[in-house]
Amino acid sequence: MKRVVLKRVVRYAKPYRGCFAGGCVCAIFYVLFTLLGPVFIGNAVDCILGAGRVDFAGVTKWLLLLCASVLLAALSQWEMNVCTRKLSAAVSNDMRSDAFCAVSRAPLRCIDGHSHGDIISRLVNDADFVSDGLLQGLTQLLPGVATILGTLVVMLVLNPVIALVVVLVTPLSIAFAGFVAKRTTGFFRAQSEAQGRMSGFVNETVSGQDVIRAFGSEEHCFEELDKICDELYETGRKSVFYSSVTNPGTRFVNSIVYAAVGVIGALSAVSGSITVGQLSCFLTYANQYTKPFNEVTGVLAQIQAAAASAERILQIIDEYPAEEEAPDALQPNTCGGRVSVENVCFSYTPSVRLIENFNLEAKPGQRIAIVGKTGCGKTTLINLLMRFYDADSGTIAVDGTDILRMKRSALRGMYGMVLQETWLKSASVRDNIAYGRPDASDEEIRSAAKAAHADGFIRRLPQGYDTIITPGGGNLSAGQKQLLCIARILLCRPEMLILDEATSNIDTRTEMLVQKAFETLMQGRTSFVVAHRLSTIESADRIIVMDAGRIAEQGTHEELLAKNGVYANLYRSQLAAE
Amino acid sequence: MKRLFRYFDGYRKQLILGPVFKLTEAILELFVPLIMASIIDKGIANGDVRFIIGHGVLLLLLGAVGLGCALTCQYFAAVCAHGFGRSLRRDLYRHVFSLSQEQCGKIGTNSLITRLTNDVTQVQTGVNMFIRLAVRAPFLTIGSIVMAFTINAKIALVFLVSTPLIMLVLYLVTKKSLPQYARIQRGQDTIARLSGENLEGARVIRAFSKQEDEIRDFRRAGDDLAALTVRVGRLSALLNPVTSVIVNLAIAAIVWAGAGTAQTGGIEQGEIIALVNYMTQTLLALIVLANIIVVFTKALAGAKRISTVLETESSMPQPEQDGTEPKGADCIRFFHVSFRYPDAGEDALEDLDFSVKRGQTLGIIGGTGCGKTTTARLLCRAYDASQGTVLINGVSVRERSAAALHKKIGIVPQTPRLFTGTVRSNLTLGADVPDAQLWQALEIAQAADFVREKPGALDEPVREGGKNLSGGQKQRLAIARALAKRPEILILDDASSALDYATDAALRRALREKTQGMTVVMISQRASALKHADRILVLDDGRQCGFGTHEQLLAECSVYREICRSQGIAAKEAAE
Repeated sequence: MKRVVLKRVVRYAKPYRGCFAGGCVCAIFYVLFTLLGPVFIGNAVDCILGAGRVDFAGVTKWLLLLCASVLLAALSQWEMNVCTRKLSAAVSNDMRSDAFCAVSRAPLRCIDGHSHGDIISRLVNDADFVSDGLLQGLTQLLPGVATILGTLVVMLVLNPVIALVVVLVTPLSIAFAGFVAKRTTGFFRAQSEAQGRMSGFVNETVSGQDVIRAFGSEEHCFEELDKICDELYETGRKSVFYSSVTNPGTRFVNSIVYAAVGVIGALSAVSGSITVGQLSCFLTYANQYTKPFNEVTGVLAQIQAAAASAERILQIIDEYPAEEEAPDALQPNTCGGRVSVENVCFSYTPSVRLIENFNLEAKPGQRIAIVGKTGCGKTTLINLLMRFYDADSGTIAVDGTDILRMKRSALRGMYGMVLQETWLKSASVRDNIAYGRPDASDEEIRSAAKAAHADGFIRRLPQGYDTIITPGGGNLSAGQKQLLCIARILLCRPEMLILDEATSNIDTRTEMLVQKAFETLMQGRTSFVVAHRLSTIESADRIIVMDAGRIAEQGTHEELLAKNGVYANLYRSQLAAE
Repeated sequence: MKRLFRYFDGYRKQLILGPVFKLTEAILELFVPLIMASIIDKGIANGDVRFIIGHGVLLLLLGAVGLGCALTCQYFAAVCAHGFGRSLRRDLYRHVFSLSQEQCGKIGTNSLITRLTNDVTQVQTGVNMFIRLAVRAPFLTIGSIVMAFTINAKIALVFLVSTPLIMLVLYLVTKKSLPQYARIQRGQDTIARLSGENLEGARVIRAFSKQEDEIRDFRRAGDDLAALTVRVGRLSALLNPVTSVIVNLAIAAIVWAGAGTAQTGGIEQGEIIALVNYMTQTLLALIVLANIIVVFTKALAGAKRISTVLETESSMPQPEQDGTEPKGADCIRFFHVSFRYPDAGEDALEDLDFSVKRGQTLGIIGGTGCGKTTTARLLCRAYDASQGTVLINGVSVRERSAAALHKKIGIVPQTPRLFTGTVRSNLTLGADVPDAQLWQALEIAQAADFVREKPGALDEPVREGGKNLSGGQKQRLAIARALAKRPEILILDDASSALDYATDAALRRALREKTQGMTVVMISQRASALKHADRILVLDDGRQCGFGTHEQLLAECSVYREICRSQGIAAKEAAE
């Protein structure tokens, strides 16, 4: 599995191989020049043998070489960073875009069945982890490994005995880091779980404090919080302590290496097999030797996390198939407004049948009202009409053409849809009204807004038509948002309409405006209206009363009242309530 | 800020001893280059093997003692920081609940949550880092310079140039790149917003066949973010190369000056090497210092935000003793009550004056924003009236403790709020209520059937915010919760909007029949829902423009008549 992920990430990196190659070359130069530094310093020190025995020409030569190598090292380190950053940002951006495409092109079934928060987190956080992992991996892992190898080579060349000592102590450092990592992962998991519980609890109780106060259960909350705090204290203390052991631990390993190199080096110097300058070079290496080990182990954990994140993003790309369209799909230009539903069955999950043998015939211009209890399948019917979902069996046809044989965009373009939950983009009011027809002129937008009784309030907004709607539409009331949705539909002049509980949650005064706008909208259009307030649909040409996925009754308001069945009951219970 | 120090109580020992141990380690560390210098200059020069080995062992010993000190310090730091965090969080949470709703609203719920979670964690990390590094890094920096001076004052002048230079680079790069990181964060927010928007509007976007346009917009935002990241990277990637250039140039200067001095016998090889080592040490310490400064800035900002909450005193004082209820008083009485929200320009409620007897039903009607919910809030003293008095059973709500007041009132807010837990924990909210009483409340709230159908019944888990329940189910549980505590006064604030008509009607009937003696306040926009109330209060823009029965109001109150007409009620009655 891991290898597959790696392979696919490499495929994403392919277009940026220039950056990758550049990064690698720079990394090699960076390590090379960095390693040369201590050698030059050592050589320079060797030219200083004591009072009156200083070789100034030698010192100058080595110091100039030092300066050159330092500058080159710095330059290549910077270039390496820039290259890898480009690469990592581009790769994660491409993966994220592909995942977003998959989500956008996937059937609604996929989106409805997946937690939105989870998808967002994959597109935002996981993409970030991938980018971070790649960046750290390339800028630390490559030079880290190269430094370790390079140091070994240089030391071997200078003095094999001291190099051997360093090599022997190395496993100690690795084993120690491994031990710490193993101990801490468990604690860290426990800590982040406790942290999660804490945020969840604080979030819920603080935002629900009105209820908690009103029910006098503060003490109960305090006790709960204390429990979580204690847990967080225990796990946090442990995880923080164990993870903070790494630094002093490696410092100690370092000092062992340092002492060993110092003693053995000094002894070798006494016997004359190395110079003092070389010893200083060794000491510098010994001081820096364990550092890449720490970095490498730290980065490995990050790379693992990045791989897991990459997997989660790739999962979206794989598991969200694009909605298939037949190559010869029809694209009718006009629409007569005749809709027929024949023997349609549908269910979201195979075990629970929702709509069974549903039949319906809507003539052009008719107003069809759909009523029934919550969960009886009203909204599902709309999902099927719009082809958000496809029926399991049976056919739905518009003007006699099976909608499965039409292009989805063509079918959906025939309908104007207004839902209970208004959705607006965080863009200007103008862009929102022109959402379906971005090429519309200001004049057209204005007249659509007027027809939707929205022009008045729009002009009173701070920037009029250019007012930006805040995310979630917080700067507008529910009714105003609904009026904008209606204006959006009016601009497109669709042949048919779908209104799903479009007036609930709106106060009475705005509702009158909305209701008027709807009347304008429905004029001469085949309309499907879902409503739970029966008074709003009394004038419909046909009322369909749904019950458990079937049509219980249908007819006009008067006919259904006369029938004295489900509808009459429903109507009376509303009247009684009213 | 100062008041945060008391949360160190119980951890003062760790707070002081931690840095002391760390300091010890740092001092030991400073001696290492000196010992090495003497190995080179004395040991090697004299060929003294015993001296060399002895000093090698000394180095090991220093390392071991240093490790011990460091571990002790890290342990103290972890204990102290987390202990501090725990006390602070507990107290802050309690303090938030001691504030009035008005004050919490002013600070903002989300902001309060951030303070309780992120800010406390931030401060906690700050404390931890303080103990671990705040002493070590500056000490090593200054100590290295001092040691360099003891070796050779003239050459050590190089330190006085290079150290401030490195600090300057650290400062400049950090200062320049920090705001850039904020821009990256904003880019991330845009990505998150677009993702959320597209998921939420999936149906509308598909209805308009705008998927490809949305993809284009998303790509553009992603590309912008990627480009920005690279741009910021160019800058922040400067840090390491530039500082290392400075340090190495300084080293070259040291060796160069050292060569000159050595020629006249002023310094030895080992000492030059020691100076070089001190230079490297300075750089490492300074980089750590730069990192902790970032941590400290965040911690300080967090501490400030927390302090402002802790320094806010509750604006709603509680009486020492509950007032005694006079006999025969009205259950609810508003005596010339006006109310203005803090910082608002106009009164939200103006001169409300009415009373309701025990067991009666009061309906409150009016358009959006007319003050219906505010009236309910005054009744349960979420806010204090600006003028006039709100009395329950003849006693002002100000003369009762919050506990006593809340015991009397059961409220169902517009949006039902459920908590993670079980159906039972949501109904009782921690109180001790027998099951029979819970079931009775569920029956009245028309929730008994669906709760019974759940596999766990009362113990059925409820997910965060009640995500696993439908809107109607949540609302009915919220009603049952208010009923379960058997309050004297039940407030339903538009509490049945998500129920279908049949269920709503059944609920109303049950409320009428099974809550004898309970005073019910029912808020709605629909006249039909309140028609049968004993008294109806008509609000228009915060003013009381009618109070009486349905029939009285139809005859006397024009606003009420208009509401009824717009909802088709008067017409129907005429037809009947």
